Amino acid sequence: MAQTTAIACSKITKRFGTVVANDAIDLQVRYGEILALLGENGSGKTTLMNMLSGIYHPDEGTIAVDGRTVAISSPADAQRLGIGMIHQHFKLVEPFSAMDNIVLGTKERKLNNRALKEKVLGLCKEYGLSINPEQRVQDMSVSEKQTVEILKVLYRGARILILDEPTAVLTPQETDKLFQILRGMREKGCAIIIITHKLNEVMAISDRVTILRKGKSVGTVETSQVDPAKLTELMVGHAVSLSIHRPEPRDVSTILKVVNLTVQRPDGGLGLDDVNFEIRRGEILGVAGIAGSGQKELCETIAGLMPAQKGAILYNKENILGKSPKEIIALGVSMSFVPEDRLGMGLVAGMGMTDNMLLKSYRRGKGPFVDRAPAKELAKELVDKLSIVTPSVETPVRLMSGGNVQKVLLGREIESDPNLLITAYPVRGLDINSSYLIYDLLNQQKEKGVAVVFIGEDLDVLLELCDRIMVLCHGKITGIVDAKATTKEQIGLMMTGEENA
Amino acid sequence: MNESTYKSSREPLFRVVKRAERSGRQMLIFRLLAVLLSLVAGGLFILAIGANPLQVYRQILDGAFRSKLAFQGTVKLCIPLCISALGVTLAFKMKFWNIGGEGQIIMGGIFATYFALFHSDWNHWLLMLVCLLAGIVGGGLWGLLAAFCKVKWNTNETLLTLMLNYVALYLVTYLQNDPWRDPKANGFPKIASFDSNAILDRVLGVQAGWIVMLILVVAVWIYLKKSKQGYEIAVVGESQDTARYAGIRVKRVILRTMFLSGAIAGVCGMLQAVGTDATLSTGVAGGIGFTAIIVAWLCQLHPGMILVVSFLFSVLEKGSSVVQSQMGLSSDCAAVLQGIILFFILASEFFVRYSFVLRKKEKTPAPAAKKEAV
Repeated sequence: MAQTTAIACSKITKRFGTVVANDAIDLQVRYGEILALLGENGSGKTTLMNMLSGIYHPDEGTIAVDGRTVAISSPADAQRLGIGMIHQHFKLVEPFSAMDNIVLGTKERKLNNRALKEKVLGLCKEYGLSINPEQRVQDMSVSEKQTVEILKVLYRGARILILDEPTAVLTPQETDKLFQILRGMREKGCAIIIITHKLNEVMAISDRVTILRKGKSVGTVETSQVDPAKLTELMVGHAVSLSIHRPEPRDVSTILKVVNLTVQRPDGGLGLDDVNFEIRRGEILGVAGIAGSGQKELCETIAGLMPAQKGAILYNKENILGKSPKEIIALGVSMSFVPEDRLGMGLVAGMGMTDNMLLKSYRRGKGPFVDRAPAKELAKELVDKLSIVTPSVETPVRLMSGGNVQKVLLGREIESDPNLLITAYPVRGLDINSSYLIYDLLNQQKEKGVAVVFIGEDLDVLLELCDRIMVLCHGKITGIVDAKATTKEQIGLMMTGEENA
Repeated sequence: MNESTYKSSREPLFRVVKRAERSGRQMLIFRLLAVLLSLVAGGLFILAIGANPLQVYRQILDGAFRSKLAFQGTVKLCIPLCISALGVTLAFKMKFWNIGGEGQIIMGGIFATYFALFHSDWNHWLLMLVCLLAGIVGGGLWGLLAAFCKVKWNTNETLLTLMLNYVALYLVTYLQNDPWRDPKANGFPKIASFDSNAILDRVLGVQAGWIVMLILVVAVWIYLKKSKQGYEIAVVGESQDTARYAGIRVKRVILRTMFLSGAIAGVCGMLQAVGTDATLSTGVAGGIGFTAIIVAWLCQLHPGMILVVSFLFSVLEKGSSVVQSQMGLSSDCAAVLQGIILFFILASEFFVRYSFVLRKKEKTPAPAAKKEAV
């Protein structure tokens, strides 16, 4: 396969107001190769890719496809040029079948169902994908949905594929399968760009890596010539130790005991199915599982936001099921859940840090008025302590970067001096530096004797940070294991319910 | 891929780009500029119908301020507008789209009228107090009704509050046609004028409602900015999920806030009936409930600004009624001018947030300019 250049970007600059998201970036990808685009959060990866797929338009610089300078002003233009993007959040119509989703929006006359099925199956065979074209998307697993997304762009004749953090929602086994498919496409001569911030994946799949830092491209390297430490250094700008500190748990005692807990989701399905476990002071309990395996129900039930069908939650031997969220907060149970949009719960986007500090404490103090002075003090204290970057403590938090927002959220929860700290996805989308800061904060709490629950996505982190790991699958606990004596593969199998510990 | 594939993709003529956040001062300048431009555009309109714009503008100001009586008339117009704008502000802060100000005003008027009609023999001050409370309860319950349906069955508050306006309006028609019909009106369906004991006193020549208005401006400002309940409203308005996580009882906040929102509108209805009209008619609200929405949005829900803008609206209205009598220009022209001013100010909001970037020069002329969807 002759390696001809598929896309060549030169001196691409994109500004949002005063923020320079991309600053004179050069990037090239050839047919028959996989290029990893690596960078911390906010380094401009997604912005750059959105320009290639016609969602944004560059302020300066040129994009050349197949050696010709083009202007991509809409996703339809990108499609005509053979560029297909697979977004992090799937854009599928749930009640439609896979093949209906695949043809949706194409301009040509609709084929009859049989011919369409043939064509989809033909594509599957060509690229080594497996899928039932007539199955409805809503009945599919996350990895199957991703396959539909891939087929969607292939059906439209894409030969340049861009995948935005495709592994974020996959188990290790599913990730391996995806990588095999991508390698197959490479053999077929496709050009593939994969956006990620997971170093081991970069090492496993890519031929070359382009690294972005703070909107600038710091270089492109052959993957075979580098190691993860070198990549981190390029990405962060200085050498970083990649191991997470794990202090030995001391004075461990049970604070919360969940007994036979069964919770129904609003849609009628079982969110939690007869769950039993303990949370202990002085240690970090990790919770692993594919997204939607009952993590949210677990958090919300303990916090008093969701009713349970059966069972009990004993907090210091007292059943807290049926208590209001207000009463549970007063008991010293703190819960922070970072949802996919990273702002939805726990913080008020339009308010400044001061008002956000008040969220769980504004009821304190007598009289009908809110006392803002202590909240302002606290906000300033957090800014210093956690080196939060914000113009002022009154600036709405929606204007702050993701990492800073999460520091505000976790900082507030920790300052409320909880006995039990439940945190779900606290490092979601955070860069390496900010993530390590959050791990440190959680470790400090653990050493103070707080019971910490860490619900996470990244198995490597769970294995290094937590003391015990509980694995959820379809609302059931498939195992509670000692983090020091477990492998990633074992947890991966438990996540899919194939192995019980 | 053939030649046309590359040709077809060219840069759009202009793009809409989000600006950096502007400072408060820049925003103010932008808005003042918008008002200025709207006066120019309004002038063109006046010119087009054959009058002298400068003269008309002068007449408007003159009409609103020329005498003590004129000024009192302007204030009288300002009272209901300002108070009902304060009412909807509470609901809007919670992102509860209460467009039922009109109905809540009417219900406040109906409740107050009951006491003014049938208990005019009570002690004057007691009667006034009872009327005020009745107005609060009437408007409040009407607001609460929409909120109750919202929290119970998740109905659409916009539709419900809108339709309740008509229910309230036709209730007045019913009352004046049958139970509360004035027997001395020679068969004409109207409610009798109130006894002089049941009419609100004047202070400095204007009904005492202006004092209530000023008190409410300050009270609403303190309530929203400083109180715990005001904080809850802001949180619920931003995100109900966050409010739940913080242990706020969202449904209770919605019910309470809608009661207060309706209650303030009810006060407006009471002041109109007992203070200005001395009777109850179908015109008690007269579209004020809708204008109030515009005023509240224009002021970005800031109580102080609401007072100022309501007053400016009243100047325009009072002034143009004088223009009508002096220059023979229809008072509908005032409505057109109001519309033009609003249009410019609302449009300026767009330019505060976005700017246009023109396409750079190209070698080949663009065939058909494509407009980017906003």
